[in-house]
Amino acid sequence: MDMIETKALEFAYPAEEGEKPVLALRGVDTAIEKGSFVVVLGHNGSGKSTFAKSLNAILLPCGGKVYVEGMDTQDEACLLEIRRRVGMVFQNPDNQIVANVVEEDVAFAPENLGVASEEIRRRVDDALAAVDMTAFMTHAPHLLSGGQKQRVAIAGVIAMEPECIVLDEATAMLDPIGRQEVLSAVHKLNREKDITVVLITHHMNEAEEADRVIVMDDGRIALDGTPKEVFTQVEPLRTMGLTVPDTVDLLDRLRKDGLDVPLDALTVDECAAAITAALAKN
Amino acid sequence: MEPILQVKDLTHTYGAGTPFQRSAVEHMSFDVNEGEFLGIIGHTGSGKSTLIQHLNGLLQPTAGEILLRGKNIWAEPKKIREVRFKVGLVFQYPEYQLFEETVYKDIAFGPANQGKTGDELDHAVREAAKLVGIRDDQLEKSPFELSGGQKRRVALAGVLAMEPEVLVLDEPTAGLDPAGRENLMANIRDYHRNKGKTIILVSHSMDEIARNVDRILVLKNAHVLMQGTPAEVFARGEELLSAGLDVPQITRIAMELKRRGVDIDPAVYTVEALERQLLALRKGGAGC
Repeated sequence: MDMIETKALEFAYPAEEGEKPVLALRGVDTAIEKGSFVVVLGHNGSGKSTFAKSLNAILLPCGGKVYVEGMDTQDEACLLEIRRRVGMVFQNPDNQIVANVVEEDVAFAPENLGVASEEIRRRVDDALAAVDMTAFMTHAPHLLSGGQKQRVAIAGVIAMEPECIVLDEATAMLDPIGRQEVLSAVHKLNREKDITVVLITHHMNEAEEADRVIVMDDGRIALDGTPKEVFTQVEPLRTMGLTVPDTVDLLDRLRKDGLDVPLDALTVDECAAAITAALAKN
Repeated sequence: MEPILQVKDLTHTYGAGTPFQRSAVEHMSFDVNEGEFLGIIGHTGSGKSTLIQHLNGLLQPTAGEILLRGKNIWAEPKKIREVRFKVGLVFQYPEYQLFEETVYKDIAFGPANQGKTGDELDHAVREAAKLVGIRDDQLEKSPFELSGGQKRRVALAGVLAMEPEVLVLDEPTAGLDPAGRENLMANIRDYHRNKGKTIILVSHSMDEIARNVDRILVLKNAHVLMQGTPAEVFARGEELLSAGLDVPQITRIAMELKRRGVDIDPAVYTVEALERQLLALRKGGAGC
């Protein structure tokens, strides 16, 4: 069963007077499988954020369709249900926190959904535990670090008990530690609660552990596959203005130098093991 | 030669005398040499931002001093403005500080305040715009019509137009995509090469630091943990990792290879250098 399906999805932002609108998405056909961890990569202007915002009806298609568990995002009657099922976390942690106390912020969405108060208590406790922020329950959000704030924002989404979370460059403004905190939190949600994750980013290394990597370029899907399949496409990635992981770059060079190493040893450990083995054979 | 900037036993304490008293910088000492490209790395909370705000006198030391060409910058507090012209600071996300009607006026704001007028001002603006790759036809646009990366270039040009002797950049590439990061760093490298001015680059990214700077200062918990050339610093990779800091991915591969018994110097940080070492090993091995 697919969580989200897009059919020939097109989107154009309103153009200035007298100018022709430019398509930000030009026919995206894809399906996000339930329970999967999908990373969407692309340079600025590739359409990846527009794609993300189309997944829970923040942006509506100009052409084609988006279905969330079969519901058409253009059907206004389904809007509330779609937003409840697909939660979104944005780039700037400071723009998405509304309350003065962490637990109140997390309770904001379920309160608005009219959830009973004991149930809200349970959901808030669960959500904060899921992102390891229980200890900060009564803290003021503005005193937290960027990574902690993003985890509160994620908890706020989880409290709606969504089936899918879309993170739109949610790690871009964080330092390496903050980025790692957020990544481990979403991996844990995917693993333990079977929540579908769509992670939009331009950090290649965040894609290493994904089930699937989609690379967008010029409003279309350019590459789609497992991390190993996608990151070994050295030349196409470079022409699209993306860098390949240093592991693949090194292996690619060594292969051209005539050393018998595989190209798809993505992680540092795999890469070192492959090179050690090749040198021993020599 | 005398260092252009000297930080001597600098301490800065926030909230002194309150229960929230905390020293963000404690007894830091280091020199910055004329014309060098210095990288400063450390976690959030390591004291980087507090430190650099002392370099142009935005913050006053709780203890210790900052010497610019041998002279304490706070010797005459009324002249601190002069220091701010000599040490140009580009903050994180500087595009949020753009405010003028046109790109030209925004870049001209700093040099005009320095007292530049007429042709001299015009020259400073155009030269700075050129350095960061802003085209002439973009100068009359509103800065808010530009893309995020271009806005950041305009903000950088506004500081370059003041022709500072020391340029301090706080996370200049944060939030940009890989191509945008590389373009901006290429502009900064060109500026360094052509003008020979001193640059201090603050970054979270070990990879970015490793690829660009002559010397690295590693901060941890308000102290200087180590300083040296990239090779010297990354030779202490294990120490960096155990201090919770990152090392470049290439250095990590080299460390892992060494752990697996490959005879390699782990103090490498570029793909090319590691490739060369491995090829040399293969040639050596083939001879046996």
